[in-house]
Amino acid sequence: MAAAHRPRLAVWKFASCDGCQLSVLDLEDELLAIADRVEIANFREASSAVAEGPYDVSLVEGSITTAEDARRIREVRARSRLLVTIGACATAGGIQALRNFADVEEFRRIVYARPEYISTLTTSTPIREHVAVDLELRGCPISKAQLLETISAILTDRAPNIPGESVCIECKRRGNVCVLVARGTPCLGPVTQAGCGAICPAFHRGCYGCFGPQDTPNAASLSPTLAALGLSPGEIQRFYRTFNAAAPAFRAAADAEARGRP
Amino acid sequence: MASVGDRRRIDRGSFPALLAALRSEGYRVLGPTLRDAAIVYDEITTEADLPIGWTDRQGPGTYRLERRNDGALFGYTVGPSSWKRQLFPARERLWTARRTGEGFEVAPEPPDERPVAILGARACEIAAIAVTDRVFDGAHRDPGYYARRGRLFVVAVQCGQAGATCFCTSMNTGPGVTGGFDLSLTEILGPGGHRFLAVVGSEAGGRVLDRVPTVPAGDEDGPAAEAIVARTAASMGRSMDTTGIRELLPSRPEHPRWEVVARRCLACTNCTMVCPTCFCSTTEEVPSLDAEQVERWRRWDSCFNSQFSQLHGGSVRQSTQSRYRQWLTHKLSTWHDQFGTSGCVGCGRCITWCPVGIDLTEEVAAIRTPAPTATAPRGTP
Repeated sequence: MAAAHRPRLAVWKFASCDGCQLSVLDLEDELLAIADRVEIANFREASSAVAEGPYDVSLVEGSITTAEDARRIREVRARSRLLVTIGACATAGGIQALRNFADVEEFRRIVYARPEYISTLTTSTPIREHVAVDLELRGCPISKAQLLETISAILTDRAPNIPGESVCIECKRRGNVCVLVARGTPCLGPVTQAGCGAICPAFHRGCYGCFGPQDTPNAASLSPTLAALGLSPGEIQRFYRTFNAAAPAFRAAADAEARGRP
Repeated sequence: MASVGDRRRIDRGSFPALLAALRSEGYRVLGPTLRDAAIVYDEITTEADLPIGWTDRQGPGTYRLERRNDGALFGYTVGPSSWKRQLFPARERLWTARRTGEGFEVAPEPPDERPVAILGARACEIAAIAVTDRVFDGAHRDPGYYARRGRLFVVAVQCGQAGATCFCTSMNTGPGVTGGFDLSLTEILGPGGHRFLAVVGSEAGGRVLDRVPTVPAGDEDGPAAEAIVARTAASMGRSMDTTGIRELLPSRPEHPRWEVVARRCLACTNCTMVCPTCFCSTTEEVPSLDAEQVERWRRWDSCFNSQFSQLHGGSVRQSTQSRYRQWLTHKLSTWHDQFGTSGCVGCGRCITWCPVGIDLTEEVAAIRTPAPTATAPRGTP
């Protein structure tokens, strides 16, 4: 099917590690086919050739941690027909959202030799808190399959199939044995959104929740089970406070540990 | 030739000949094996693949492997896998469509023709296969399921022990195997030596058994097997009162227990995934990037997913409470209306593999107890 118009794609970076952008480049087998159907107009991680907007699709990596970024994301939004966030940072604030629960001034004083050079907000916030977002892809990093599904959906003008179900269903489809039940390994799979393909449990590791909360998470029920497996309240709190620490369900679960269990 | 109903004894030393006989008859053999800290069903090539000398200890939300002090081949109860995966794969391509000059062409998925023998099917699992036989039959008979079903050879093994989450006696599905097999085995340990009592259930079963060194079952073998089944039946870890259950569950949609269980339920889908009869699926179209080809895939889905009841405007069952109530009511009550049987075979997998150990036998008992009307909350969706 010859496309008369190739959608123009831009990829943007905010506060992040570039891992999700690398996931785009990591679509090695499909990259040429994508380039056939999509004009990669602005992707500095991949090419210094940058075409001006507007863009049909913007993939946005990273969270908002500076006043300058808060301004820049509005500019990106204004120049994009569709805005898709990629990864835990852009979608939940990322690991850097740990600052939301701490004293940023103290960090600045202790960590940096010249604190006066550091200009930062006291919070790391997801893109959705600043501009309208059309679709969010979870994960640290995102799943190549979900990225491909999203690009394919945009090309065919349909809704992408990104289920909000738990990691457990992916474990079971894959034939993994439940690490929590069979080994007593703490696992966030039951409260975490699918999409990764249940990679960690496939290697006998508990899920650490890098895709953030599933669509109806019940951390209040999982946490006592984690405690029964031997995790202390502090350990449970840290379990929820990683890449999606500021996602509301995980944040509430971590806060509940600080308050103590009834 | 061994004929249907024949009872033969296989000595422990001749057991490998049974595996060889199945392969000689062209079957790919699937059976119990140790993997990932559990006894799961997978490809069996030699006797060494079997969980010899291993057992499992189960409870609500917990499963642990343990050594046995004998060399039992089938000394465990049921694990996380069920034969559902064989008949109804977790992911299955249904067809592929390709764009042609003017329209498109649809090519159905070619069936996998190789016969499969399942070794170690328990009574509850055979009952579960009978349930899914009904589910996938009818006006929309599923061709993939029935293609796989038609080439399935069933080697049943009667249970020598019950797990702490087992309640097949409550559901009248076990532990004795009464039909639905090609060959049935009872593993007999102790006096008289380690041996198997084999019963022929079909002509195909007779053909396989003819390739195995056997002797006619001795006078003591039958009673020994019966004693094993009776002992297992007497040691069920759980029980469920099913009296009037078809009417009970739909008549108590606002019982406060639904809210209590919903506070524990993770809506993670584990119970439905391990259930040998839960059959829900979703389909998705997977197009190629150039939009020249599209594949339709079917994959396991669950009524515990919010998107499972997604209609125009949103999910019908938004609360976990409504999803748990739907699952339990369907499984134990409305399944009868739909398929003429209960959807539960009493295997206990949903209890063991629930990460927080929700026990449906407890939930049913609680819902059976009338709620004090003064405190019953109303209208919680």
